[in-house]
Amino acid sequence: MQALDKKLLRDFQRLWVQGVAIAAVLACGVAILLTGIGMFTALSDTRAAYYERNRFADLFVDVRRAPDTILPAILSIDGVAAVAPRVQGLAVLDLPGRVEMATGQILGWPEGDEPALNAPLLRSGTYPARAGDVMVNAAFAEANGYEIGDGFAANINGQRRELTITGTALTPEFVYTIGPGALMPDNANFGILWMTEAALAAAFDMEGAFNHLALSLALDAVEQDVTEAVDLLLDPYGGLGAYGRDRQVSDAFLSAEIDQLAAMARVTPPVFFAIAAFLVSMVMSRIVTLDRAEIGLLKALGYSDVEISIHYLLLAAMIAVVGVGMGWALGTLLARTMAWQYARFFDFPYLLFRVPPWVYAVSGLAALVTTMAGALRAALMAARLAPAVAMQPPAPPLFRRTILDVAMAALRLRQTTIMILRSLIRWPLRALFTALGLGAATASIISAGFMWDSLDRVIDQTFDQSMRQDAMILFTEDVPLSTLATIARLPGILQVEPQQMHAVILRHGLHEKRVALEARPRDADLSRVITPDGRAVDAPPGGLMLSHRLARQMDLGPGDTVSVEFLSGRRETHDLVVTALVELHLGLGAYADMDFLDRLERRDARVSVANVLLDPIRTDDLHLALRDIPALSGLILISDNRRSFEATIDANISVVNGIYAAIAICITIGVAYNAARIQLSERARELASLRILGFSRGEVSGVLVGETMLLAILAQPPGWLMGAGIARALSNSFSSDLYAIPLVLTPSTFATASLIVLAASFVSVMLVRRRVDRMDLVAVMKTRE
Amino acid sequence: MVQFVFRTEGLTKVYDSGEVQVRALDGVDLELYAGELAVLLGASGSGKSTLLNILGGLDHATSGRVWFRDLDLTDLGDRALTRYRRDHVGFVFQFYNLVPSLSARENVQLVTDVAADPMDAAEALEMVGLAHRLDHFPAEMSGGEQQRVAIARAIAKRPEVLLCDEPTGALDSKTGVAVLEVLNTINDTLGTSTIVITHNAGIQAMAHRVIRFADGRIGGVSENARRVAPHEISW
Repeated sequence: MQALDKKLLRDFQRLWVQGVAIAAVLACGVAILLTGIGMFTALSDTRAAYYERNRFADLFVDVRRAPDTILPAILSIDGVAAVAPRVQGLAVLDLPGRVEMATGQILGWPEGDEPALNAPLLRSGTYPARAGDVMVNAAFAEANGYEIGDGFAANINGQRRELTITGTALTPEFVYTIGPGALMPDNANFGILWMTEAALAAAFDMEGAFNHLALSLALDAVEQDVTEAVDLLLDPYGGLGAYGRDRQVSDAFLSAEIDQLAAMARVTPPVFFAIAAFLVSMVMSRIVTLDRAEIGLLKALGYSDVEISIHYLLLAAMIAVVGVGMGWALGTLLARTMAWQYARFFDFPYLLFRVPPWVYAVSGLAALVTTMAGALRAALMAARLAPAVAMQPPAPPLFRRTILDVAMAALRLRQTTIMILRSLIRWPLRALFTALGLGAATASIISAGFMWDSLDRVIDQTFDQSMRQDAMILFTEDVPLSTLATIARLPGILQVEPQQMHAVILRHGLHEKRVALEARPRDADLSRVITPDGRAVDAPPGGLMLSHRLARQMDLGPGDTVSVEFLSGRRETHDLVVTALVELHLGLGAYADMDFLDRLERRDARVSVANVLLDPIRTDDLHLALRDIPALSGLILISDNRRSFEATIDANISVVNGIYAAIAICITIGVAYNAARIQLSERARELASLRILGFSRGEVSGVLVGETMLLAILAQPPGWLMGAGIARALSNSFSSDLYAIPLVLTPSTFATASLIVLAASFVSVMLVRRRVDRMDLVAVMKTRE
Repeated sequence: MVQFVFRTEGLTKVYDSGEVQVRALDGVDLELYAGELAVLLGASGSGKSTLLNILGGLDHATSGRVWFRDLDLTDLGDRALTRYRRDHVGFVFQFYNLVPSLSARENVQLVTDVAADPMDAAEALEMVGLAHRLDHFPAEMSGGEQQRVAIARAIAKRPEVLLCDEPTGALDSKTGVAVLEVLNTINDTLGTSTIVITHNAGIQAMAHRVIRFADGRIGGVSENARRVAPHEISW
């Protein structure tokens, strides 16, 4: 080993705490890159493999009742590769050992073989073969503790059937299993059930017909053309319009998650790499300054400028190597944690978890390159030093009077305070970047912390103000308004209100959107549309009220006319006026007045959903009574919904907040510790002088602690701004057709973030302060700078 | 009766690096008088700086005792030594040890802010002939000027003793003489007991007493019958 290499190793040994502090920041960037791309790859690969092996369909269409005889015509459409018709429907489940009803999505199982498309993957037991057999999704069985051979009852289209579980399965159709009206998966209360097609067809009066069709497309097919052809063929049979994977609920959620991971891998790591590069630059410049005489000596001995530059670049490279190693370990761990998180929400039969080797290579290379970039200035500085000059002590740093000095004089500040302020003014860029680094830490906490308040707002608006009913009673088909009187007489019902749901296609210019149009009577009290400022609004009769998000997507404003195609009832198309817009967090809302729609349809008032208020002590009686009501397809308990929503969010946000806080602490320590160490090394003489002049340890440390803490405090307002900006970007990027996360920033979010960063800064500086206490005054004063 | 400012008895300092033991001071008995200007003369490594550090409360002796007037410094803790330095001692070093981010006046104010009965910073700087450089930063001054600021900073609190460790060591002859003039003036006008460490034999002529150091021991003490003014010295 050459002497210069030995120097390298010893230098690194001497600097290891600072090195590790920088490496930790670098590691965060590497880890997030690895996790983001790793999970992105894992989810996309798993999805692709699962979809392919289990033949996930490309197009889906619901229809009222289409005869099987139409199938050859559909198969002959140019671009259609395969079709899988089935009967399906919702059923109320009466599970043993519990009074509350659950809801089941029952799917028909074809005679003989598994379905041509959307083939379930058997996890245990066998496929359903006889009339009373049922295969259930594995998550439902697990959540309710069912084994093969257990039984429960189902109210299928008004007929009570005893069912026996023959098997459990997973399906690509329900990777994200979310029930009607639910906000989050709730496996105990919503299950996917497969029964023999024959039994189901008999129950739903669908012999020789189907009400759901899945299609796969040939490679060269044009989805739009096939969709139009299918719609044309099924229109006479009550087709509700074919839709692609983008509107298939499970795939839409999964895609949104995958997109978010890709965004995370793209946006976050560069921030960490930039901070690490700054830290490397700061520390390396200082080392070169300290090594000045040695550099002069090396040059005098005949080392070339290039050799000396490389020497310092290698020192930075050692930091990068440590950071990359830490990042790889952390990233692999983090990715596994996230994979576990995903396993809770997404029902995959397997997770192809494999971070491709190129991701390790790319993340390592990115870290190395940024570190080198950070060290470049210092390396060039070392190369440019002329040997004769280098061996002379450097001139004291130049301070000049500025306008600020007048202000400082006027304020009669203490000299130690002036020392702090002058140092900031003398090295403004360094102060700026240090502050920005600490601000980034604050921003990181805010960007995760705002979610608490935002989701609190969503929960409050959704459950406390908008959905005030205790339960929603769903009917298999729209029922006459008079049914409400029957509902009102059931035990425990305190109040009941009607609501209609219409599947419609809105068209305006080139825009077309399929949405659920909700209609309510005027002054509905249980289910209301609430504006962000908390007002309840009714859709004005004579037109539609749209959510802002929907109106923006359709390029519509108040007074515009929109063409509305009703996919149920008389299946007519009407031109309706947009009478009002409303701001909403959840869903692509479209609303109308119930009387107005009934008149438009020229029919007596009908109801799709009954919203009810319950007497809590009689809930069990209601569940018992509802089992005997035929036309019931489901009961959604809002409180269950809320509980699972809150539990999911709590678990999720806690994990995310924990990760972001840990990252922020890493950044803070990396920045604050290094800033204080460099200050100490630059100021050792000054601080020793102060001690000799009779200043106490506390007073001397005050200079050191003061400068870093002053920067940490100054960093907070820009940190808040950055955090608010990131939070806004995140809240925008989370918005989809499904929901929007409102941006709610409260003082407590800012305060918490700042407190964490200030505390971490303080601890970092106090670690350096111990060195002031141990400083050998005599030795410091004797050494020439 | 002659008053002592410092008195040592059998003062010994051993630097123990584990393998090697270095006796920097080896049983030094010494008395320094109030108001005198003493020069401690000796080669590098003779122990004079170690003695100065112990007298100034920057270091502890391994054995032996040391008094400042009636105050026994030997076993004082860090807090008490800080107090002692703050109230009684002024230091001047070879490398001036000014705070680069503070102007001349502010460097002196560092001391006047915390001292019990300080002189005005401008007055101290005037005494060292820098009345016209009050608002200059160290980087804007020559080495001699920087050393004079350091002296102004040392005397501004009206210390009883001024300890100078090679005050002219980094200066050329002409600038060094100017610094010595300042020290001499301060000793004359303020009566501050002044101890100057040097390996420069030329300087001894300006002292009241010269104490020679060799190998951690006092080699000899002599009094100058006639003191030479600094401007007559050169090296």
